[in-house]
Amino acid sequence: MSFSGLLWQLFAIVLALALAPLLTGWVNQCRAWMQNRSAPPLLQPYYMLHKLFLKDVVLAHGASHLFRFAPFVVFGCMVLACAIIPTLSTDLPLAPAADTIALVGVFGLARIFISLAAMDIGTSFGSLGGRREMLVGFLAEPALLMVIFTTAMISQSTSVATIVETLAHRDFIIYPSMAFAGIAFTFVSFAENARVPVDNPATHLELTMIHEAMILEYSGRHLALIEWAAGLKLYAYSCLGLALFFPWGIAEGDSMFGLLLAIPVLVAKLAIGGALLAGIESVNAKVRIFRAPEFLGTAFLFAVLGLLVRLLLETRV
Amino acid sequence: MRFFGEPIEFEKQAGIGSPVWRGRADGGEALQSFAVAVHRADGRLAALWGGDERLRSGGFRLHCVFGVDAGHAWVSLDLPAENPVYPDLAGIFSAANRMQRATRDLVGIATDSGDQRPWLRHGAWPADWHPLRHDAGEGGNFPNAPSDYAFVQVGGEGAHEIPVGPIHAGIIEPGHFRFSVIGERLLRLEQRLGYQHKGVERLFIGKNIAEGARLAGRVSGDSTCAYAWAYAAAVESACGVSPPPRALLLRALMLERERVANHLGDLGALGNDAALAFGFSQFMRLKEDWLRLNGALFGHRFMMDRIVPGGTALDLEAPALSAIVEQCDIVGREVKQLKKIYDEHAGLQDRFLTTGAIDADLARELSLTGVAARATGMILDARAHRQGYTPPPPWAMLGVRPATDERGDVAARAAVRFAEIFESLRLLREIAVGLPDSAVCIEVPPLPGGCGLGVIEGWRGEVLAGVALDGEGRLARVHPHDPSWQAWPALEHAVMRDIVPDFPLINKSFNLSYSGADL
Repeated sequence: MSFSGLLWQLFAIVLALALAPLLTGWVNQCRAWMQNRSAPPLLQPYYMLHKLFLKDVVLAHGASHLFRFAPFVVFGCMVLACAIIPTLSTDLPLAPAADTIALVGVFGLARIFISLAAMDIGTSFGSLGGRREMLVGFLAEPALLMVIFTTAMISQSTSVATIVETLAHRDFIIYPSMAFAGIAFTFVSFAENARVPVDNPATHLELTMIHEAMILEYSGRHLALIEWAAGLKLYAYSCLGLALFFPWGIAEGDSMFGLLLAIPVLVAKLAIGGALLAGIESVNAKVRIFRAPEFLGTAFLFAVLGLLVRLLLETRV
Repeated sequence: MRFFGEPIEFEKQAGIGSPVWRGRADGGEALQSFAVAVHRADGRLAALWGGDERLRSGGFRLHCVFGVDAGHAWVSLDLPAENPVYPDLAGIFSAANRMQRATRDLVGIATDSGDQRPWLRHGAWPADWHPLRHDAGEGGNFPNAPSDYAFVQVGGEGAHEIPVGPIHAGIIEPGHFRFSVIGERLLRLEQRLGYQHKGVERLFIGKNIAEGARLAGRVSGDSTCAYAWAYAAAVESACGVSPPPRALLLRALMLERERVANHLGDLGALGNDAALAFGFSQFMRLKEDWLRLNGALFGHRFMMDRIVPGGTALDLEAPALSAIVEQCDIVGREVKQLKKIYDEHAGLQDRFLTTGAIDADLARELSLTGVAARATGMILDARAHRQGYTPPPPWAMLGVRPATDERGDVAARAAVRFAEIFESLRLLREIAVGLPDSAVCIEVPPLPGGCGLGVIEGWRGEVLAGVALDGEGRLARVHPHDPSWQAWPALEHAVMRDIVPDFPLINKSFNLSYSGADL
């Protein structure tokens, strides 16, 4: 581990913290344009975070320590996830710290904490949201794992860095299995990030909420951390998707030029991805909550198909 | 004349408004047996209210309006000053339940049995004080004493309650919904309303006719034209005058513009509640253009105070009428396109179809009117011809075609709204090109002691206004009745086979008034 590697790792984390709200703002902007509305400023999420950090925290009666710690745990998990996923380079000190399965575990840990915190205060909306989040989560996680297994089989490793290196620097081969895995991953990303068609991040209807229902009682810096963490999660998922399916442009090693080139490439890829996300959200209606299992079941099916295609067609005898 | 062979003698109300027959029941039994006869003939309870007549006749008076084939039968029942009780009608018409409880809260006349929980009184005034009694005085500062409200409890393994409101996450009117659920499945919904109670009926007392018209237009802002017309029709009938034909057509024009504006908004909101924000912004754009033209032509975006007793407060010139026709063409084209998009959007239709369904039998049982009733296949529209019913002018000559749908679900209510928009646009064009030349307003000299009932098919359903004048020609009692009184219980039934997250969509497909029913 070199000193410059450490610096670049730190930079990657800072970049994630800075870019995550920007990505959220960009998606919101695109969505507004596609729906013929005038868009909020690109920096709106930053203003929001700034406002929330300045506000006092109002705690519900009967909130336990869990309720107060949960935002920090969730935020921490998302920062860790952003550090593990190779956003700029595959050769950063933290990349080998955890493999993809552990990464899924990190997301799971965050989910458990926010759900428990939602149930902790005992409001009906909190438990409603927590319950629904677990329903979505326990269906999304296996599908995500299947996607990762497909890529892991191609690269013979579950380490994200190795997967990305393998996929980006082999001879250019189109893997049919990756197409199936890509569809499954997109489905899972929508569910995990509380987007239409599974959840609606813009709704004010408390009875239909999933993610929002869990955080209704949060305020001040707690809410800011959770909002920021939600932005980081979207960023992490986007970067994971880009790293797995469009890995070109991510630097190897810590050469200055490669890393500097990786930044604009990443921003461009995120911008395109965000616009696509907004487009898909705009043309879809939210599904009935009991159709969410069907939606995620389809994702799982695609992921398994990807795996089967890999096993049956792509392995050399 | 008599209905169903019952002993109550009826006399047709004067004037050119909706057909209303007035009768007086000799006692509680006569009223009850008449109600049973109406129910057997598939009629409905249209409104129920009470009044303090102790200064004039020495007692209280209960008013029941029943919807029958030919129109409305308005039955009054005199009650003694001491211990004014009458037989419970909720066993015959379940819609009576809340109206009876509200009447007890406001006037202090009660049913002899049945549900005795308060409805409009949330503890802001004591149980023995009744704001609509002439000796109630100023009222003033009562200590706020909210009491526990006995919601019906659902027991059993895994059953629990979700209380929602009266303060909601969005900017909407306040109302409390108590859901009993197992997981996501709804077992029961019980509403508690009355948070919007503002004493409208008491405010009417002692006002002159013109002041009353302004107040009537503010009972429920989204239906201001319907209320203003219902009130005006009641006053005109009470005073024995008929507005000129041009005024009637102008009123119809305003009412249809109100209908289109609200249906546009509702269709957009239905898309939004299913997270299809595209539909929301498109319909809201159309609604905004519509309201702006209202503002330009009528001087008010909702056309408040433009319908007055005696006619209308303004006349439209030829350029204004051609602007209306032109806008009808544009909106008609765009709504047609949007309807295609809604109809072909699989995700949206999946949310709409079979959600929040009620059938025609239930709708009849609940005395439902308006969009929600027509979405179950009932042909019930005060503007349209039906078996045994001839609509009053100006509707008779316009030939309104009622929009119906058999399915009774959210999709059906959306479809009825689409169809009504197209029909209203047709009516607007027809009115705009065929306005006869005449005055638009005549004098309404108050007739002391007169009383009348106005019935108007508002965009939500049947809006009624009962008006009684005192010995000096001032308002003794006005009761504005919103169709939401009957439709709120229908919502309780509509959600029964659905899940919690579908409630907002079902609720929006009814889009009921809190203000109009909380008075």
